Amino acid sequence: MTAAPAERRPVVVTACPDGPVLVRGADVVQDADGASHAVTRPVVAVCTCRRSGRMPWCDGTHKAVERAKRRKEQQGG
Amino acid sequence: MYLPHARGPLSTALVAVLGGRDLLDETALVREVELIPDDVDLLTDEDVQLTLWVLYELHYRGFEGVDDDWEWDPGLLQVRRALEDRLLAQLRFATAPWVQEALGAKGDVASRLFALTESVPGAPLSSYMQREATEEEFREYLVHKSVYHLKESDPQSFVLPRLQGRAKVALAELQYDEYGAGRPDQLHQALFAGGLDALGLSSEYGTYVDRVPAPTLAVTNVMNLFALRRSLAAASMGHLGAFEATSSEPCRKVAGGCRRLGLPDAVSVYFDEHVEADAVHEQLAFRDICGTMAAARPELVEDLFFGAAAYLVSESVAGQTMLDAWAEGRTSLREEPQPAVEERELETAVAS
Repeated sequence: MTAAPAERRPVVVTACPDGPVLVRGADVVQDADGASHAVTRPVVAVCTCRRSGRMPWCDGTHKAVERAKRRKEQQGG
Repeated sequence: MYLPHARGPLSTALVAVLGGRDLLDETALVREVELIPDDVDLLTDEDVQLTLWVLYELHYRGFEGVDDDWEWDPGLLQVRRALEDRLLAQLRFATAPWVQEALGAKGDVASRLFALTESVPGAPLSSYMQREATEEEFREYLVHKSVYHLKESDPQSFVLPRLQGRAKVALAELQYDEYGAGRPDQLHQALFAGGLDALGLSSEYGTYVDRVPAPTLAVTNVMNLFALRRSLAAASMGHLGAFEATSSEPCRKVAGGCRRLGLPDAVSVYFDEHVEADAVHEQLAFRDICGTMAAARPELVEDLFFGAAAYLVSESVAGQTMLDAWAEGRTSLREEPQPAVEERELETAVAS
């Protein structure tokens, strides 16, 4: 019996509210400057707030951005 | 690892039993636990936390010279259960305001869990590590962390068979990453060990248990309490999520502290890795694991919040204990224990 050729797992992209997008099954993520970043973990979180210190990957900075926004709203309101 | 040195009546009795020097009297020990006054803070109680720590360790690697079958000894399980019930009662009471707030809040469970991690006050430990800690304090910090990080993620592996469907898949994804994603050199436990080695600290499992105070032991004890009891699987996953969701930003700060102090790259690499990894893991834990559990069984929501809040409270006590010690200019570690009498006699006999 010959083995069927392995089917490529589809790439799945999931948006997290107020957070990054999770990418499963990708080999490479290209950043805004066109530079390629190899995917080395089963799921990666790609930054969407553009404030990450480790672009293109999320480093949790969006939470600090949200906190600052909330503080401003509280002071303003 | 060797059995640690006792810190009070409960741990003295337990260590004597496991060391084969005494018979177990579980009824007496359970009574002793029940007699602990209600106002005792169990998170900072040296005897209680060391006793629990030793009991939990029987489920992991055990101790040199101790029969592995003590893991399932009904008498010891009875003692553990008595201690756990006391600790659980304290944790439920201490976390009630945040759990109630989260239960009453609007939004999906994942966003309420994220909000909860922002509302429980923590100790400013990572900011201190980033800006002020001396190299000696940094070494102490790693010694505290070694108690958990040398078995990082192992407790949550006990929960995997207790989850179903999407939640199980997400925990497996998360754990696969923690366990190096197919690369043994990237096992997070090994990365942490590499940092200890680079600073000339011991990376041997369990070496520093005798040196860390109760609050540090309590962080892993709370984790094990949730992970090992199937009825607390939701608390365990809320706990995991809160751990991950309060990790990226602090790890970035701690990595900054490593660079400020000019520590070897092998130390900062662990924290750098966690900035990125935990930004993924917090989403997996709160959305795919906790969110899925909540949708399938809404009665679990309270325990998801409870587990998250219990982590934040226990971590805050541990962090504040370190900061208080350093603020007073003293070590945050316990003194190196003196060898027991029989060990001293043996050493003298060998030396002469």
